[in-house]
Amino acid sequence: MLRNKGIAFKLVLLFTLSSACIFAAIFTYNYFVSRQMIEKEIKENAGNLIMTTTNRIEAMLSAVQKVPENIAYFLENSTNDEQELFQVLYAIVENNPEIYGAAIAFEPYGFKKDKEFFAPYFYKAFGAMNFKYLDKHYNYFLWDWYQIPREIEKPQWIEPYFGEGGGIIMSSYSVPFYKKVGGKRRIAGVIVVDISLKSLRDIVSSIKILKSGYGFLISKNGTFVTHPLKEFIMNETIFTIAEARDDVKLRDVGRKMIKGEQGIAPMWVKSAVTGKSCWMAYVPIQSSGWSLGVLFPQDELMEDITSLNQIVLFLGITGIILLGVAVVFIAGSITGPLRHMAKATEHIGSGNFDIELPPVKTGDEVGKLSEAFSFMKESLKEYIRELTEATASKERMESELKIAHDIQMSILPKTFPPYPERTEFDIYATIKPAREIGGDFYDFFFTDDEHLCFVIADVSGKGIPAALFMALTKTLIKAKATMGLTTDNIISRVNEDLCIGNDMSMFVTVFCGILNVKTGEVQYTNAGHNPPLLIKRNGDVAYLEKSGELLVGVMEGVQYTARRIMLGRNESLFLYTDGVTEAMNERDELFSEERLKKELSKDQERTVDQVIHAVMREMAEFTGSTPQSDDITMMMITYKGSL
Amino acid sequence: MHNKSRTRSHPIIVFLFPALAAMLLAFATGALYAGEALKNVSFIPHWSPQAQFAGYYVAFEKGIYRKYGINLDIKMGGPHSVPVDLLEKGEADFGTVWLSTAIQKRSQGVRLVNIAQIVQRSALMLVAKKGRGIARPEDINGKKVGLWRDEFRLQPMAFFKKFDLHVKIIPQSYSVNLFLRDGVDVASAMWYNEYHTIISSGVNPDELTSFFFHEYGLNFPEDGIYTLEHNFKKNPAGACNFAKASIEGWLYAFKHPEEALDIVLKYMTTANVPANRVHQRWMLSRMKDLVLPEDDKSITAGTLTKQDYLRVAGELRRNGLIGQEPAFDDFYKECVKYAEK
Repeated sequence: MLRNKGIAFKLVLLFTLSSACIFAAIFTYNYFVSRQMIEKEIKENAGNLIMTTTNRIEAMLSAVQKVPENIAYFLENSTNDEQELFQVLYAIVENNPEIYGAAIAFEPYGFKKDKEFFAPYFYKAFGAMNFKYLDKHYNYFLWDWYQIPREIEKPQWIEPYFGEGGGIIMSSYSVPFYKKVGGKRRIAGVIVVDISLKSLRDIVSSIKILKSGYGFLISKNGTFVTHPLKEFIMNETIFTIAEARDDVKLRDVGRKMIKGEQGIAPMWVKSAVTGKSCWMAYVPIQSSGWSLGVLFPQDELMEDITSLNQIVLFLGITGIILLGVAVVFIAGSITGPLRHMAKATEHIGSGNFDIELPPVKTGDEVGKLSEAFSFMKESLKEYIRELTEATASKERMESELKIAHDIQMSILPKTFPPYPERTEFDIYATIKPAREIGGDFYDFFFTDDEHLCFVIADVSGKGIPAALFMALTKTLIKAKATMGLTTDNIISRVNEDLCIGNDMSMFVTVFCGILNVKTGEVQYTNAGHNPPLLIKRNGDVAYLEKSGELLVGVMEGVQYTARRIMLGRNESLFLYTDGVTEAMNERDELFSEERLKKELSKDQERTVDQVIHAVMREMAEFTGSTPQSDDITMMMITYKGSL
Repeated sequence: MHNKSRTRSHPIIVFLFPALAAMLLAFATGALYAGEALKNVSFIPHWSPQAQFAGYYVAFEKGIYRKYGINLDIKMGGPHSVPVDLLEKGEADFGTVWLSTAIQKRSQGVRLVNIAQIVQRSALMLVAKKGRGIARPEDINGKKVGLWRDEFRLQPMAFFKKFDLHVKIIPQSYSVNLFLRDGVDVASAMWYNEYHTIISSGVNPDELTSFFFHEYGLNFPEDGIYTLEHNFKKNPAGACNFAKASIEGWLYAFKHPEEALDIVLKYMTTANVPANRVHQRWMLSRMKDLVLPEDDKSITAGTLTKQDYLRVAGELRRNGLIGQEPAFDDFYKECVKYAEK
């Protein structure tokens, strides 16, 4: 899919993707590291804040605790003097501004044998000191402040409660006191002091974390003693909030808080005020078993880092966009010329060399390519022009060769039968040059009324030089033959003439014969030519013996010899050039003299032209598609006998 | 120092009838009373507003009482408004009373009749911390047990007797703090109230062992609707209409718990009682378990069975709290019999 997209597209895609990945990695790392740093700072700050707050609360509570503890110690060894008790109680409430009221409550009949209830109670109300006995209507034995320390025999802070008249949240610190009865130390009652939690609430309420963070205090039961939301106070516990939110983790944290543990609940705690995610640090108030919680709104803590990250993110995205634009530009500067060149190539391919190439503006690879392309275009243009010219001149030469061929062919006798009025013999000849013009030729003519001179020759080489040499040879032979010379003399003289000025060292094999049409006698000279075949009347076919004489045009002063044979009635001579016997097929086998001889032995009733055509067909069959490599020339004379 | 508490009781009058029949009749009677003048009637629940009485507030708010021809005045309940007293003085026509309380009052001469037994099962229970080694009834032997007074002791004492347990009884106050701070090993609790208070104080349910009396053959049905016998005789159909409308209110509340909670919380706020929705939600769903126990299909809403009645009355007699058991038929008026007259 991607493979077929353009370079520009791939570049943009890969660059932006990879740079986006790099950016994302940097951004993420930056985010987490800076977040960790901030979290660490928060923990330190929170630690300090919480420490200060809890210290203040502890100081306040422990100051209160000492008062009843001292009285308990005092009561253990005192006599039950009512007056003395009153003075002590009065002094406690009078002298301790944070103490709202105090009572010393005795066990049933513990103060005096006749008194089930004895509990003097001094308390501040309406700006004055008040006093009352807690009696059977109040039945203090059933109240937490009495029952709990009595049953567990330990001083206790009891659960906060609304003071009389409501509004003020109070708590009480109760301390059991003992007396020795009959040597045994037995619990004798409980001393209780009531304090308003207002100042404590003020301390906690003063906790302000950033914009919406806050602190809260829960009692040992998890009840909210202070909270920014008024409806939470004394009405909800951290566990009812957890239940309402169906938040098991909050419940677990609540349990840790009331067990006096210390810790930080990360992120998932929701602010009851804003609903935002908060970190919540919690720390116990050791003396009362209460717990202080402080909420740090996550987003406010992270505000700076969030805005920093937003800027970083913005910069990053802008950077990637700019990078993308730059890549598009760069890719365009590469692919633009390439596209242009691709188009130009199409034009050039279709032969339009005049197309404008994009101007070379740069020295880079694209510029160099463009330059090379331009050079290539010019070279091609030049080459094509030269090629056109060469082709034109070749065509001209070819047409000239054609003409030459026509002329060459025209100098060979072409009309068969050539002498219709002569019945003494039949003659037929054919030539098939390997190239446009060949070096073979044949000829026949009457030197006088009785003698028919016939020639077959093969000039060394081919083409125009061979053709010219052949024309020359043919003319010389005809000229000499018509002088009435014998064949040996004819060839000797032609040899003399050809040797003169034969700088090209061309030569020719010639078979020249003269048939006496009256007698059937054939006088011949074979100058290096393939020996013709003699076809007897009885069907025997045989090669004439080889002459062993030199080629014509090789050496001056050579004497050739003439030989004689007699042709009987209907006996024939078959002449040919080596193009026949040396014709090759695909397997590089020669047509050979054997095959030729066999072909000629076939049928004795054929006319000369039929025989030659048959040999031609046989050769064509043998060579198949193998191109002809040499001129093929054949001539056949059948002597019919004179009248 | 603060808190809730339970109920006093008085006797008599009854009624039984199927919930579905009640629903069907409700529509019929609704039409019947449409044109007539509404009858002024007053009702006193045995404690200040909370989900324990959701059915009545919902029936009132949803106009179910008016549909039954009743113009209701719900009086503010609380520690100083004891329903039996108000009924006796004629300051209220109907009130909710515990069955055991009602039987006692009837035997003392207050002619209460039960016209509907709303709560079918004891919400009263004992609860202990597993961490204190209590998993079975036998484990309670020798432990400190917090008990409330009067009729709240009947079942625990019978329970101790049944399992031959010798315990140290600590009078239980209005809070469960003594239990939370391990001042007692076992505490009394109402399932719909104190039990949830304990849970809401950070104790997990799996850390607690609960003893439900109905699981130990000591089921004492609690809240029922009562009126005085002579009032009932004057207008049985009117009384029964009140009972039916109330049951219909309960069924509506169970079906639409959040709407019911809104109504209850509204009454709580008006009464200036601390209103905690989570706690009230717990209470309402426990009330459903107590009024329409899902595991016992033989129970019909609003019905008092003779079996339950005799169990409670017998226990009272054995403890010397009553002399003779009042006759069941005098005590319970099955409202189906008095329909539409």
